[in-house]
Amino acid sequence: MNPAKPPSKRPGWLWPVPVALAGWELATRAAGDLSFPPPTTIFSRMREMWLSGPADRLWLTDAALTDIPASVGRLLAGWALAGLVGTTLGIALGRSPLLSRFLGPLVHFARAVPPPLLLPFFMALFAIGARMQINVILFGVVWPILINSAEGARHVDPLHLETAAAFGLSRGQRLLRVVLPSALPKVFAGLRLSLSLALILMVISELVGSVDGIGFQLLDAQRSYDLPGVWGTIVLLGLLGCAFNAAFLAAERRILSWHRAANQTT
Amino acid sequence: MIARRLLDSGPLCGALGAAGLVGAWEAAGRTGFISPTVFPRASAVLSRAAGLAADAGFLSCVVSTLGAWAIGLLLTVAVAVPAGFLLGTLPGLERAFGPVFEFLRPIPSVALIPPALVLFSDKVDMKITLIVYAASWPVLINTMYGLKEVDPLAKETLRAFGFGPAAVLWRVSLPSTAPFIAAGVRLAAAVALIVGISVEFLAGGAGGSGIGVFLIEAGGATDALEYIVAAALWAGVIGYLSNGLFVLAERRAFRWHTARTEVAR
Amino acid sequence: MLEISNLTHTYGSGPGSHHALGGVDLSVAEGELVCIVGPSGCGKSTLLRSVAGLLRPGGGEVLFNGAPVAGTPKDLAVVFQDYSRSLFPWMSVADNVSLPLRRKGLDRPRREEAALEALTQVGLEEAGAKYPWQLSGGMQQRVAIARALAYRPALLLMDEPFGSVDAQTREDLEDLTLRVRGHHAMTILLITHDIDESVYVGDRVVVLSGAPATVVGDLRVDLPEPREQIATREHPGFVRLRAEVGRLVRGPRPAAQHPTPETV
Ligand SMILES: Nc1ncnc2c1ncn2[C@@H]1O[C@H](COP(=O)(O)OP(=O)(O)OP(=O)(O)O)[C@@H](O)[C@H]1O
Ligand SMILES: [Mg+2]
Repeated sequence: MNPAKPPSKRPGWLWPVPVALAGWELATRAAGDLSFPPPTTIFSRMREMWLSGPADRLWLTDAALTDIPASVGRLLAGWALAGLVGTTLGIALGRSPLLSRFLGPLVHFARAVPPPLLLPFFMALFAIGARMQINVILFGVVWPILINSAEGARHVDPLHLETAAAFGLSRGQRLLRVVLPSALPKVFAGLRLSLSLALILMVISELVGSVDGIGFQLLDAQRSYDLPGVWGTIVLLGLLGCAFNAAFLAAERRILSWHRAANQTT
Repeated sequence: MIARRLLDSGPLCGALGAAGLVGAWEAAGRTGFISPTVFPRASAVLSRAAGLAADAGFLSCVVSTLGAWAIGLLLTVAVAVPAGFLLGTLPGLERAFGPVFEFLRPIPSVALIPPALVLFSDKVDMKITLIVYAASWPVLINTMYGLKEVDPLAKETLRAFGFGPAAVLWRVSLPSTAPFIAAGVRLAAAVALIVGISVEFLAGGAGGSGIGVFLIEAGGATDALEYIVAAALWAGVIGYLSNGLFVLAERRAFRWHTARTEVAR
Repeated sequence: MLEISNLTHTYGSGPGSHHALGGVDLSVAEGELVCIVGPSGCGKSTLLRSVAGLLRPGGGEVLFNGAPVAGTPKDLAVVFQDYSRSLFPWMSVADNVSLPLRRKGLDRPRREEAALEALTQVGLEEAGAKYPWQLSGGMQQRVAIARALAYRPALLLMDEPFGSVDAQTREDLEDLTLRVRGHHAMTILLITHDIDESVYVGDRVVVLSGAPATVVGDLRVDLPEPREQIATREHPGFVRLRAEVGRLVRGPRPAAQHPTPETV
């Protein structure tokens, strides 16, 4: 492995973005297709939708202050719950061979159910609303976290466990200070996979059964043939996705700094 | 002693675990802990699932979903693998497209369904297009990542013997990237199923058939939950088997790769 | 303090099995420092892991303070041979050293103080805030030693603890071990490849045979106290004991055809 610097870290790596935007603008203007409005139209529509409010609210509109927090709140609630449940159960499964023999196949089966199928199920079980959406996200994204945590907890270095045993650490301390940190790189891999899945499930659950949220806004724009609004909402979702990704990577880099460095030297 | 031996058998324990779950589920219904009107009993769902297996309407829905899924996945491989090789071997291209990809990739693929509903008149085309778009990302990224992991010494060995770039690509880069591509395709298969069923949900009956359409139509019935859970069970079985096949094929084809990474760990 | 009787162990079963311990008898008195030497791969680490309760031996018995060892006894610390893997990479050096002290119920300032003291003893007072993987191999080994010393165990097991440090540091650590033993009344079981070292630090030197290991020699070291690196090694008794241990380690075979690394 040669630790070549990723090209994206050099300053000026963003130059293709304005180029792509300009190309997009020119192409759509030339084509004149109403389904593909030029980016300038999309951006002005986005401003109108979310950034044309009064100055004392930082120009945020009502839509920006209700739909976006509603969606993001449900996304984070479902994902955080899934992280908590998945890590706990995953570590239990990884540390207990018997438990994993009894429940492992069931977990892999549950993971194989395509998460959108949960939608009609929870829609029938709960009324449309935040509870239904959080449940869809929770049950849809918990499996990758669970399976990865179990994998991580299964492969703790035996010498680390022996060291902990030799110094007489209690069960709780062993779990918290040896097993959990060893499993953490894998837990994070699961969390990253499930974050993008959670975003997908947030959107689809709002498209199918919701009265507010970004997905609902998207559907609303489509129904009224407001195509700049549709594309603007998609751009917003992309920006949200980027922001979540960046925040997650920053957190991971901080928390797992020992892992990257330790692996580089060996 | 015998009990110990039985507890060591993985499949038996798995079957016991599943049976235990079904038993508890049924018992919860029978004792009134969970009312059957809120959540159907295990026996009702299992018999419904058995009925679905012989139901021509349901089977044609499954076939249509799986057909779109398979075609979409094949197209994905045909598009994303060469694209990944191009981007991975020509650094200039990666530098140009990389940032644009970084903005496109986080867009949740299902958000493209509403505009696609406007743009496409044929719903099957739309389903396949969206599947290819969404499933291409994992394949593309894994291909590029795999190319970076190719041992430079192996390439130089071949070059030192006077082979040209095409031979190096064919004999070193492709084989050593193949395990990464396969892992990407396995991820893509799951994504493709998610997107396919989501499209069916939103396009509804107007857009042909599929498991998603079947579920919408079942949603109106009084025993909708039984249908929904039974169909989800079958979807789980299909997903479990296809994932198992992927893993098995990967393990057989890339034994050298797993052996090496296990040693490295 | 420690009674090992007829300890046997076999790894695996069938044709691939390896008979590592073939009936080891050994008793260690309170406050003694016993060195164990033997050819590489003979089963020294296996013996130590059985004493630490990390491995359930195939047969025989280990009594610690009169009670059979089941699980890890309290008041015991280990310096593992594979010192770098036994440090936790996700914790700072100071945290690694102070972690076991939680079991002793010490509060945070006391733990930190004890960790700093132990790190100072091994000459690493500056390294507390670093991570183990930021240190050299020899420094990591000293951290592992500091962790065991900070714990102040009644019985300290050390598996080739001075293997990868330079000669000067090695001598310092040998003297540190002797000093700590004197101060805190520890009983120490020290495994080593180095015959000179075993005679220099030990009250007794126990020699194991090649696999399956049995005790082939148990020599009392009666050198004047306190030991001193130059004077002790010049002492005629030291030279005689060293030769005796060397002969036992080589075994009855003709030496010229089977040089063992210990004598190089
Ligand atoms: N987990 C294991 N499974 C099978 N065989 C083992 C295992 N651990 C050790 N052995 C074998 O048992 C024998 C004794 O091992 P041990 O680690 O006790 O040797 P040692 O005396 O400590 O050697 P060294 O001086 O090189 O550290 C070796 O031949 C080794 O191959
Ligand atoms: Mg050893």
